[in-house]
Amino acid sequence: MMLETTWFILWGVLWAVYFALDGYDLGLGTMLPFLARKGMQGERDRRLIYNAAGPFWDGNQVWLVTAGGVTFAAFPGAYAALFSGMYTALFLLLFSLILRGVSFEFRRKVNSVAWRQTWDACHVLGSFLPALLLGVAFANIFQGIPLNAHGINEGGLLDLLNPYGLAGGVLFVLMFSLHGLLWLAVRTQGDLAESSVAMAKKLWVALLAMLALFLLMSAVYTKLFANYWENPILFAILLLPVVGLIQVRFALNRRASVLAWAGSAVAIIGVTLFGVLGIFPALLPSSIDPAYSMTISNAASSPKTLKIMLVVALLLVPLVIAYQAWVHVFFGKKITEEDLEHEEAY
Amino acid sequence: MDVLLLSRLQFAFTTFVHFIFVPLTLGLSILVAYMETKYLRTGNEVYKQMAKFWGKLFLINFALGVVTGLALEFQFGTNWAKYSEYVGDIFGSLLAIEATLAFFLESTFIAVWFFGWRLLPPKLHNLSIWIVAVATNISAFWILMANGWMQNPVGYVLNNGRAELDNFFALVSNPFGWQQFLHTLFAAYTISGFFVLGISAWHLFRGSNVDFFKRSFRIAAPFTVAFTLLLLVQGHYHGSNVAKYQPVKLAAMEAHWETMSKAPQYLIAIPDPANERNHLQLFPIPGGMSLLAYHSFDAEVMGLRDVPEGDRPPISLTFFSFRGMVGLGLLLLTFSAWAWCRRKEPELSPALMRLLPWIIPLPYIASQLGWIVSEVGRQPWVVYGVLRTQAGVSTGINMPQVAFSFGMFILLYSLLVAVGIYLLMHHGRKGPQ
Repeated sequence: MMLETTWFILWGVLWAVYFALDGYDLGLGTMLPFLARKGMQGERDRRLIYNAAGPFWDGNQVWLVTAGGVTFAAFPGAYAALFSGMYTALFLLLFSLILRGVSFEFRRKVNSVAWRQTWDACHVLGSFLPALLLGVAFANIFQGIPLNAHGINEGGLLDLLNPYGLAGGVLFVLMFSLHGLLWLAVRTQGDLAESSVAMAKKLWVALLAMLALFLLMSAVYTKLFANYWENPILFAILLLPVVGLIQVRFALNRRASVLAWAGSAVAIIGVTLFGVLGIFPALLPSSIDPAYSMTISNAASSPKTLKIMLVVALLLVPLVIAYQAWVHVFFGKKITEEDLEHEEAY
Repeated sequence: MDVLLLSRLQFAFTTFVHFIFVPLTLGLSILVAYMETKYLRTGNEVYKQMAKFWGKLFLINFALGVVTGLALEFQFGTNWAKYSEYVGDIFGSLLAIEATLAFFLESTFIAVWFFGWRLLPPKLHNLSIWIVAVATNISAFWILMANGWMQNPVGYVLNNGRAELDNFFALVSNPFGWQQFLHTLFAAYTISGFFVLGISAWHLFRGSNVDFFKRSFRIAAPFTVAFTLLLLVQGHYHGSNVAKYQPVKLAAMEAHWETMSKAPQYLIAIPDPANERNHLQLFPIPGGMSLLAYHSFDAEVMGLRDVPEGDRPPISLTFFSFRGMVGLGLLLLTFSAWAWCRRKEPELSPALMRLLPWIIPLPYIASQLGWIVSEVGRQPWVVYGVLRTQAGVSTGINMPQVAFSFGMFILLYSLLVAVGIYLLMHHGRKGPQ
């Protein structure tokens, strides 16, 4: 069971890293209409926002592909049950991400206001919906879905929109939006940085309240805390979101935007791991009968595959983190006028 | 219409659209990287302009390849849950390795390349596009090993009601997978070569940016003729591999009904699957099929009549797609040779310059026909000889769900393809700044 448990943790970590990275691009896209000013300044604001995520979003999105691929490789049973069970929600997520992706590439390729506005609309929708859907989906995973004895979800799309699922959706939208604002503060200066910091301070209060509500609802609607009461040491994981959010607030006061962004990344990872540790050993709990859950014992690949894939993951994932970290440091400086004039800029 | 058929159509549609964008990514990345290297070596600004101009077209295409690929990986889980459970141990691993090893590299470094023109030292900047080029090709390797396993499953044992990994080395050295990998690469390079030739010819015919497009033409011409030739020669060996591992597919590709030795190759045939014969077959080359498939006039070639009807793929579609692919391949070889002969002064051959832009779609069509042969010809199996396609479909999904997703795909992908082609033509015609 060691091998399966290791993979379970890795699985949770991959999703958490995906949220912490793509979260800020999706958040930036979500906040675009609130950040860009009206009139002449608007287009420049929007370009700054696109370029703030510019060199990173594509690499960040691959964490989703990897998280999906790893679910397929390590836990094929869970992969099959999860994605066929959340069929329509998953496709809505993918359609949104497709629109988000091409909007980066397309919006400046034709010189027309209507053209840009169309892709801006796609960008906002393609950023907001994924944030919402990922939150709804993961809250439902944490809560359990009506999986029957054949691994089939007996609920439909609308059943995902239960109170806890919706709370998860709102939580993710707030987390990602704050995360995006903080990244914008890292990459811009002047008016846009000022307004993103001001907005971040307000959003921070809303997020804190929402997080408290979500934890409270977790106690009411889910069995997540069962693992925690059994092993109280696990409660330490909740330090991540709490400390992360406190760091965000202090760093915002000191205008240390990189630290603020890092705090929010820690908070996102913490929230994800909180749920993931709560459902262990299931990857997809069944709300009908725990015996029907997809767990590390009935949904995992063979030990041989898990071993080979573990070697692959332990060799490659740190390497990926290293070069992506380099890219973030190298291209993460303040955007200059010269950067915007550069013909390859978004 | 049922969930099975609709899921198959959806998968076919999304994969085909994805594969419109894949080949150019594989080949043009190499050409652009080479152009930039040439700029570094010669210091001639025109090569930098070339890297930028072709790089811009590359990026438009790359973005479409990325977003259309996103939906593919998840479709195994959504529509093919039974398949996923059955093969995840092997197939899932190959996809996961592709993402971790290659897809991360290309997606990260493509941005380094196009945001890094001013910021990176020139050599490091050039390295970033070489990383992209190598990574996309590595990506193709893992994906085609995954597909190769569906065509010729190796290195597995049936255990716990599913296929489990037995020998990882057998997976990555799968002879069928390797032939498919090479065939796909050469086809992709051919497509990319004709793309550069076609756009260059469009400008040369009009006398715009002559120096720039002459140099582009000269880089693309040897590349195109070499890989078109390799594609055809290697395609022959790929065909013998099909004969060896998938004799039923071969029989369908050739509409060959009667098991016999010294099997003739008919230059023209029209299959009549209902009556298990051909409507007509003309111009036989005695022993031709035996020779092509097994390198011996006397070899026995299995006919479709010896295959139970339920185990045969759709004959006509496989047959005509194969003929179409080969015919286009020969036509493309002629054009690539012609272009190569005129590479020194291409603008002095107005007929060729006028034709080449119209040739651009042909290798694309040929490659899609090739995939029809490969995937339709594999039916009724999703994993050849191991798992039937109908046994792989998800059981927990219903018609309205699949109709919705398929409808959305048609809408969205048609839009993307239209916009993509428009942007490629718009920026291709505009030429370098």
